[in-house]
Amino acid sequence: MIPETIQALTAQLARDPASLVFLPLAEALRRRGQLDSALTVATAGAARYPEMAGAWDLIARIQSDRGEGDRAFDAWTTVLRLDSDHIGAHKGLGFLCYRAGDHLRSLRYLQRAAELAPDDAALRSTLARVREIAGARPVPGYTEPAADPLRAMDSEPDQALLVDLQGRLLAGDIRGAAGESVGDAVAAALTGVTREAERTARLLGLGPWRRISLEGGPAHFELRTPTIDSVLLLTRGRQVPAGRLAMLADRAAAAARRWLEELR
Amino acid sequence: MTLADGLGDITRIPGVRGALVVSRDDGLVVADALMEGVDGHAVAALAASLAARMRGVTTVLGQPEPVLLLLGGTEGMLLLAPGPSGLLLVAVAGSEVNVAELRLGVLAAAGTTF
Repeated sequence: MIPETIQALTAQLARDPASLVFLPLAEALRRRGQLDSALTVATAGAARYPEMAGAWDLIARIQSDRGEGDRAFDAWTTVLRLDSDHIGAHKGLGFLCYRAGDHLRSLRYLQRAAELAPDDAALRSTLARVREIAGARPVPGYTEPAADPLRAMDSEPDQALLVDLQGRLLAGDIRGAAGESVGDAVAAALTGVTREAERTARLLGLGPWRRISLEGGPAHFELRTPTIDSVLLLTRGRQVPAGRLAMLADRAAAAARRWLEELR
Repeated sequence: MTLADGLGDITRIPGVRGALVVSRDDGLVVADALMEGVDGHAVAALAASLAARMRGVTTVLGQPEPVLLLLGGTEGMLLLAPGPSGLLLVAVAGSEVNVAELRLGVLAAAGTTF
């Protein structure tokens, strides 16, 4: 990026310190090798937006460039706390672990990054190389699972549904109390729920609705809106703690969002 | 415990904007404790309607009615606890509320009020 652009971004940030322009500015400075300035800008931005995973990812990359592996590790760990499916953080942590000689740990991070970005050929190639170095060999008979939009739900099938706002099933299925498939009927019923939730949240000033949690009976349920035109329903037996179910639903919604984006 | 006691316990939780007991068949207010500016009639009608929709889903699934429903938005949330006598305990809160505390408060009030 040319210095004039950096000047323009700097001026823009000076005019409006709350602006998100700190992100492209710090990135531009990093690419020009002005790492001290980049870190100052990114750190100030992250202080203003502490919940923004992208700001911490930027700090981590700058610190990694500065050779401050420990600090970069902390920053990428912060990113994963804010967004557990952040590809850049998994890749960055995989790189740091590799550089530190912890190949197995590196493999875990890179494996997750590859699951999140199955079309990233460079990442696949890196993963294969690290596997070779780490001496990891697949168990005979094991085949790599195909990219699955609802992978977060794979461990217990028939407990999650993804539907569009017209009540049409997009993925998954769900079983009724007697074990029969009720996916289509639930999908249709969810149409009314989403309309009602949207109306209720709007009229009561709750902001756009993001979740519905249902507790009680032998099962608990979580609803999410992966995109503005889809709804995800996830269920588990009541022995699964509510917080864990909410986390599973968040992960499943993130996976569904990526899948829907790939479809479009 | 009276209805007013039950609602008062909920509204003492920081971040709660109001609590109501609602007739779930017609969405009318039975009792309320609301902050100024909260439209109790709107809350009651919307809460009853949402509860009915969710009941439709749990019926299809062959599940009993839930004991607690939470609708979470970016700026606040609505909690509903259906009671056995055709009543709903409803709480409206801002996003800053301690959800765990509110959840326990609503369940406790529903258990003692209904």
